Amino acid sequence: MARLIRMDRTGHTTLAEWTAADEASVEAAAAAFREQLDAGYYAVVTEGEGHARQVTELPAEGELVILRRPIAGG
Amino acid sequence: MAAGILPETAAVGWRPRIDERALRTRGRLWTLSTSAHTLPFVATAGVLVGIEPLLAPVAALALAHAWAIPELYANRGANVVNPRRPRPGEMQPAPAASGAAAAAAIRAESTALGLLGDLVGHAARDLHARTGLVPERGALGVWLVGEAGALLVRPGGRRVHCWCVRADDPSLPAGDRIAHLLLALREDEHGFATVANLAFSGARWRVRRRVAPRMRPALDEAARMTRAR
Repeated sequence: MARLIRMDRTGHTTLAEWTAADEASVEAAAAAFREQLDAGYYAVVTEGEGHARQVTELPAEGELVILRRPIAGG
Repeated sequence: MAAGILPETAAVGWRPRIDERALRTRGRLWTLSTSAHTLPFVATAGVLVGIEPLLAPVAALALAHAWAIPELYANRGANVVNPRRPRPGEMQPAPAASGAAAAAAIRAESTALGLLGDLVGHAARDLHARTGLVPERGALGVWLVGEAGALLVRPGGRRVHCWCVRADDPSLPAGDRIAHLLLALREDEHGFATVANLAFSGARWRVRRRVAPRMRPALDEAARMTRAR
């Protein structure tokens, strides 16, 4: 089961879970995904040790999509 | 936005993108600037003692200035990872909160640390537990990622760049703040260094003296990792 999680003040919140075979769950996850991007989050998938990639569409075959806030110089 | 480019770099479009060459140049400029600040005091001390040996106490003051200036800069650099007081609206560490707020903070921190632990390997988890910093190998060197900044130990382990950078959400627990920076760093290391503000660049030993004692083993480990590349 793939998960869409958002890092927030609770540590993180699971916003959606889906399996590629279940079209309805993918659509629901994609809707939640778009909503978070519209709210200013960036979506990231990890790709092995030391690598991550920003995504702008929900990767239906992905396992874990993490939503993060923007960073800025302090 | 090109693939693999950190989107936050768009907000600092006037900055040249940091790469190996730019980083080397900035390091040299820091050394030059520090020398320009300190050498006049050293020269003054020498001249004073040469003119009149009785002026040795004044010369000593000039030398003290020459010593203190790079120390102050290094302190500024170390402060990017040193523990600090929470900003307004920022999640309080569990011991500083009370009752339900403390319980919520502990739960949030535990959840955040669980995610952070999933993102890194065993050795990095262990170093984070001991020092509060997460090591991450990159093309530019070995990074030590903290809650509101990162140290970059350059290959060879002698020079450290101190970067001030943070997640744009003060309510996040500490583990999530580190995870934010770690993910951004993994997305685009050069972009990460472009977005971050360089607070100091100089000798590792100077920064090591100024970071919190519990963080010093992380700097030692990062230096070891750069030599093991």
